[in-house]
Amino acid sequence: MLSSELNYPELLRKRSGQIRMLREQATLSVRVAFLGGATTQELGTWLDLFLGKSGIQTIGYHGDFGRYFEEATLDTERLREFAPQVVFLNLGARDLIQALPPAATAADLEQAVGGTLGRIRDVCDALAQMGAVVIIPTIVPPPMHALGNLSAWVPGGASLHAALLNVRLAELAQQSAQVRLLDTQAVLSTGSEPWYSAERWFRYKIWRSGEAEMRTAASLASIVGALFGRTRKVLVLDLDNTLWGGVIGDDGVDRIVIGRETPRAEAYTAFQEYCLTLRRRGVLLAVCSKNDEAVARSGFDHPDSVLKVSDFAAFRANWNPKSENLVSIATELRLGLDSFVFVDDNPAERHLVAQQLPMVAVPELGSDPSDYARITDEGRYFEPISISDEDVQRAALYAANAVRSSTESAFANYDEYLQSLEMMAEIDAFQPVYLERIAQLINKTNQFNLTTRRYTLAEVEQMAGRTDHVTLYGRLADRFGDNGLVSIIVGRVVEQTLLVELWLMSCRVLKRGFEHAMFDALVDRAHAVGCRSITGVFIPSEKNGMVSDHYASLGFRSVPSDSTPGQQWQYDLSSASSPLNQFIQVKPRGQYS
Amino acid sequence: MDNILERLQPIFQDVLDQPGLQVSAEDSGQTVAGWDSLAHISLVAAIEHEFKVRFALGELEELKNLGDMIALIQTKRTG
Repeated sequence: MLSSELNYPELLRKRSGQIRMLREQATLSVRVAFLGGATTQELGTWLDLFLGKSGIQTIGYHGDFGRYFEEATLDTERLREFAPQVVFLNLGARDLIQALPPAATAADLEQAVGGTLGRIRDVCDALAQMGAVVIIPTIVPPPMHALGNLSAWVPGGASLHAALLNVRLAELAQQSAQVRLLDTQAVLSTGSEPWYSAERWFRYKIWRSGEAEMRTAASLASIVGALFGRTRKVLVLDLDNTLWGGVIGDDGVDRIVIGRETPRAEAYTAFQEYCLTLRRRGVLLAVCSKNDEAVARSGFDHPDSVLKVSDFAAFRANWNPKSENLVSIATELRLGLDSFVFVDDNPAERHLVAQQLPMVAVPELGSDPSDYARITDEGRYFEPISISDEDVQRAALYAANAVRSSTESAFANYDEYLQSLEMMAEIDAFQPVYLERIAQLINKTNQFNLTTRRYTLAEVEQMAGRTDHVTLYGRLADRFGDNGLVSIIVGRVVEQTLLVELWLMSCRVLKRGFEHAMFDALVDRAHAVGCRSITGVFIPSEKNGMVSDHYASLGFRSVPSDSTPGQQWQYDLSSASSPLNQFIQVKPRGQYS
Repeated sequence: MDNILERLQPIFQDVLDQPGLQVSAEDSGQTVAGWDSLAHISLVAAIEHEFKVRFALGELEELKNLGDMIALIQTKRTG
């Protein structure tokens, strides 16, 4: 079982007791009516639980089975008397998709969807007049597909039918402030039970599986909570083993796990990216970490850290209890603790905060960084009620970019394509922060690797310090993002030639002309250390055939091999030559990205 | 059989939110306060998860009391 904020078997057991306790703490009550073609009491109970966590007590109304249209538009007395603030139209494919003949035309489909939409619009109008906000779940295609995969694209297909219906429902929601959609597809993409349960339908007249019902209620609760101002606003983050792997105080900025180089590093990077997405959407980020402040801040100087210190609205790195720090952050930001979400990999810290500050949401993060974003997201803490002004400005920016990229959609030739990538590189001598990545790349690169020599981390550290060595690393970014550190050259000064013992490049940046940029840098360094030539070595292996012409293509000439293994190539530095790199802007260290 | 009943106790206590509740083999929806149709849905799901069994359609409908359910769980677990 995946660790989860929405652990179905566990919540199934705890639900009743939790609802009772939460009810005592509720500060607001909301009248919610459930209308539709299924039994809705179970959904209502789940909603009690999830809204209870936002301090909202629900007063429920459950319509007669299948009579949603009549209750909303004709036989309205009971519902009017209830005066719903929110109505959930619990409708699904069973209610809204009447099977069309397999050979139905596009016009038939439009007509069917138009008819369905007309009924829903009438229902929404009537409910809006009662003062209710109507929430409609987007429709999942029915579970059986008699038409097979044709279902997705022929007009008589139920999947296409559902897709078109969802587009029309979205238009309805765009036109009316009192209609909102519940994104069923987002709910569907999580969880471990299937969406539909035929058995539950036959037994209870509930077509979602038990877990799907629970997750739907959690999503519904996030919308209702947002409608009543209970959306959370601040994401408070621990640092060590939460935003990066390792302990910054012990390991130092050079050794923390972040970036693209290992699966764990990728996972921490993905979580940072998720946090950044939230920040850009207006969620405030804060740090709460047991650390020395200067040491904690240094973690964000890591070149692969997605988040920067400037992304945080508040920063607490000290040795005080975290609950005290949260209180002080709340004071600083002038926001209630009930708008806080606290994310920490340490169960003891989570427990402490949950006990001391019950109004703070504390997701059960688990211990696997690949789950952090999913688990934080599952809580639906930051549900936006509308698109913010900031979002609107950002949209304008995107629009401008879209225009630009559409003009670039076709390339006359490969050079034009390379130009369009807007590549930028950082090329420099080995730096401490990169040594681990360098050792890793040395030991795993097989194809673009001229000598396939392997070195340990200790040996790499030694090379970096020696004056008779020229070391170069290269990082490459393009308009689509940062590729990270992808190329390495090591040369040793032997008399007046620079003997290139190692030259390799990650396959993810092949055919970008990056070897030219690296070569230009190598020529500069060779001049700087007083060499008259560069000697290249190619040691063929089973895997490095792609670089057999590497030195020839750079203008080296083949020379007879001496005692050293492999083919030797020589490049004369005395004849002036112009740089080979045309498409990559090489920036000094620190000005990259 | 006793073992299954023991494991059922906390499920009934949790789902029905009655910490002191003790159910017996003779109990049914008629005799236990709060065991209504909504609680039944949760009880069935919680029991299925606890014992890692699946009740087929029709099986539950034939049960007279908790003793029958315990026997059914027993059969499924040994069968």
